[in-house]
Amino acid sequence: MQEQDPKVRATNFAEVACGYTLEDALREAERCLFCPDEPCIRGCPVEIDIPDFISKITEKNLRGAYETITDTNLLPAICGRVCPQESQCEGVCVVGNTLEPVAIGRLERFVGDLAIADGWESVPYVEPSGFRVAVVGSGPAGMACAADMAKAGCDVTVYEAFHEAGGVLKYGIPDFRLPNAVIDAEIEKLRQLGVTFECNTLVGRLFTVEELLTELGYHAIFIGTGAGAPSFMGIPGESLAGVLSANELLTRCNLMHARDFPEYDTPLQAGTRVAVVGAGNTAMDAMRVCLRLGAATVNCVYRRTRNEAPARAEELHHAEEEGIGFNWLTSPVEILGDEDNNVRAIRCQRMELGEPDESGRRRPLPVPDSEFEIDIDMVVYAIGTNANPILGQTSSLRLEQRGYIVTDESLATSIAGVWAGGDIVTGAATVIEAMGAGRKAAKEMKSYLGLRDTDVVYLPERAGSAGKRFGIDLQEHNYARVTA
Amino acid sequence: MCWFHELVAALFEIVRREDFSDVTYLLEIFHPRLAKAAKPGQFVIVMEHDRGERIPLTLADFDPERGTVTLVIQAVGKTTKEMQARCPVGTSLHALVGPMGNPSGIGDARKVVCVGGGLGVAPVYPQARAYKQSGAYVIGVIGFRSKELMFWEDRFRSVCDEFIVCTDDGSEGIKGVVTAGIEQALAQHSDIDEVVAIGPPIMMKFCAETTRPHGIRTVVSLNPVMVDGTGMCGGCRVKVGDQVKFACVDGPEFDAHAVDFDDLMARLRRFAASETAALERWQESCRVARGG
Repeated sequence: MQEQDPKVRATNFAEVACGYTLEDALREAERCLFCPDEPCIRGCPVEIDIPDFISKITEKNLRGAYETITDTNLLPAICGRVCPQESQCEGVCVVGNTLEPVAIGRLERFVGDLAIADGWESVPYVEPSGFRVAVVGSGPAGMACAADMAKAGCDVTVYEAFHEAGGVLKYGIPDFRLPNAVIDAEIEKLRQLGVTFECNTLVGRLFTVEELLTELGYHAIFIGTGAGAPSFMGIPGESLAGVLSANELLTRCNLMHARDFPEYDTPLQAGTRVAVVGAGNTAMDAMRVCLRLGAATVNCVYRRTRNEAPARAEELHHAEEEGIGFNWLTSPVEILGDEDNNVRAIRCQRMELGEPDESGRRRPLPVPDSEFEIDIDMVVYAIGTNANPILGQTSSLRLEQRGYIVTDESLATSIAGVWAGGDIVTGAATVIEAMGAGRKAAKEMKSYLGLRDTDVVYLPERAGSAGKRFGIDLQEHNYARVTA
Repeated sequence: MCWFHELVAALFEIVRREDFSDVTYLLEIFHPRLAKAAKPGQFVIVMEHDRGERIPLTLADFDPERGTVTLVIQAVGKTTKEMQARCPVGTSLHALVGPMGNPSGIGDARKVVCVGGGLGVAPVYPQARAYKQSGAYVIGVIGFRSKELMFWEDRFRSVCDEFIVCTDDGSEGIKGVVTAGIEQALAQHSDIDEVVAIGPPIMMKFCAETTRPHGIRTVVSLNPVMVDGTGMCGGCRVKVGDQVKFACVDGPEFDAHAVDFDDLMARLRRFAASETAALERWQESCRVARGG
């Protein structure tokens, strides 16, 4: 896939990966073996029928490919960009045993972008079910749940605390990785399905989860508020002016457009020499944002090695190409300031890997007398997040020790009629896992409301029943609520 | 919920405005659900227009009957000056979200001193009223630089059993800052349970120092720089005792004797350079627009 030159792109916010042309897509689709085992489907958290959509691409039936994907994933343009395919569908691709695996994510994105560009609408006629569903949080979990419930005929309202919908896709993931226009197009599709978005609404404080069920009369609720609250390390110097969380940096830059200050009012003191602590996707985003805001040097500080870095392979690769400096096996011990309360340097120590810890990764241990300083003027923390406390403070939802919402295996919470999924249940994870949770909860909510799960294809039973049960033709018995 | 017989206005519409001085103004904004949910001590975040910044403002009042919330704003930076110029009655804000933060714990204190310094008079008023309604004996202390800048004196006085006015220049009441008023109250009453102080950080710091020797529980409301107000950005972190707290979700009210005010004041200056640049640029554009 064509990409912007690293030197050029490090100075702009346009998308790095330019996307496939039709020729590229056809060539890539031809590489699929259509193996009988279909491991890629099982590798996908929402089980997209990957061989089917790829085969439709080879037939140049692109609309058909889009419909296959949107059977299970309403947001292909987003997932094609942000899924960690190397540990999901592409990671188990049989072609990958000997060659590069089929670029499933890029093909998905190609189809999703085409749908947006050509304005394909796969909006079915949906018979109203009479049920009202509230979704708290407009991020990936909430969007996926809202889509499924709307398709089942429910009147769905999505509540968002920010002034724009999209959640982490909007405030967190930068434009060069996932353009806001793509998110808005996908949200528009949900609107066409009949989903209402209510922004500027802080559930928990404006009304409680319990009030959604009682006073506001919703029949079922899904909570997908995300993890949110950023972690700091608790080392000296963290309240200096140039120390901030990746969440703050990214929100200022992406959602609030601080990169266009003073055209937009939100400021962001861009560093010229930046250290980013952490090596996940958020850390990569933060580093590459700093570069684009004009930083001369950007250093990643991570206490383990490149092998343990949690970022997607492509993000790590892009960051390296763009000239980010990586300090593996390095951990900060103190941030040093000057007399004006600005950051002057970060003092770090070298680490080495010891025995594996409970996560299975080798535990980093400090190397004695290995401290050194890096001269910087800004520190960004991207070392993970904690549970957002607001719903815990304002409802009787049962939480586990760290503040995440407790659910059973069907994602039902301790309040009847309320489900939860995504980062607020599992802790920080990926966009597609959150979407998977949203869809799983939707399935359970439909069953709770007595709605037939329209995703299941009901095949007529074979011999013995003579095609009828209780005197009703099976085809008729297995009616579908969604009609084209 | 039927609001037809009440105000008819668009969501976030400014239905009333009062200008207390050249720099201080009041906006009453239509948002029935918010008016119903709001409690003393909570704050909101507003955006004046779609390119604006999100600014946190502590609620000065809320009226479930009228379906409105009231903000008192000081025009100090680009955003607040722009709002002063662009928000007459009938216009609507781009965004208004809340109520945020934990409500004040209007507890069982029997005798309370409510201290408001300058703009802080507005957010401490609902607390004084709530204490009065809970049956407490309320001593109000308000402080301004001079008599001309005073607002809500009558309103505040009406919910207080005793009322002390302080002005820096002595043009009204005691000549001096609010700590002089607190000291006067402390001298006259030996049984004060609680002091609530809201105002500039430096004022709250000195209020804390005034009550510390007496060991009286003292609460302050902090208003650090924040973006989302929902615990997500961490920009509003403050040092309270040996802990780091997020003012938006752990506060905004904290034990004054544990707050590190110097840290708070330093962090409030984080964007000083950008703020100055934005203000100068905006004032220049206004001058050009006026053809001056």
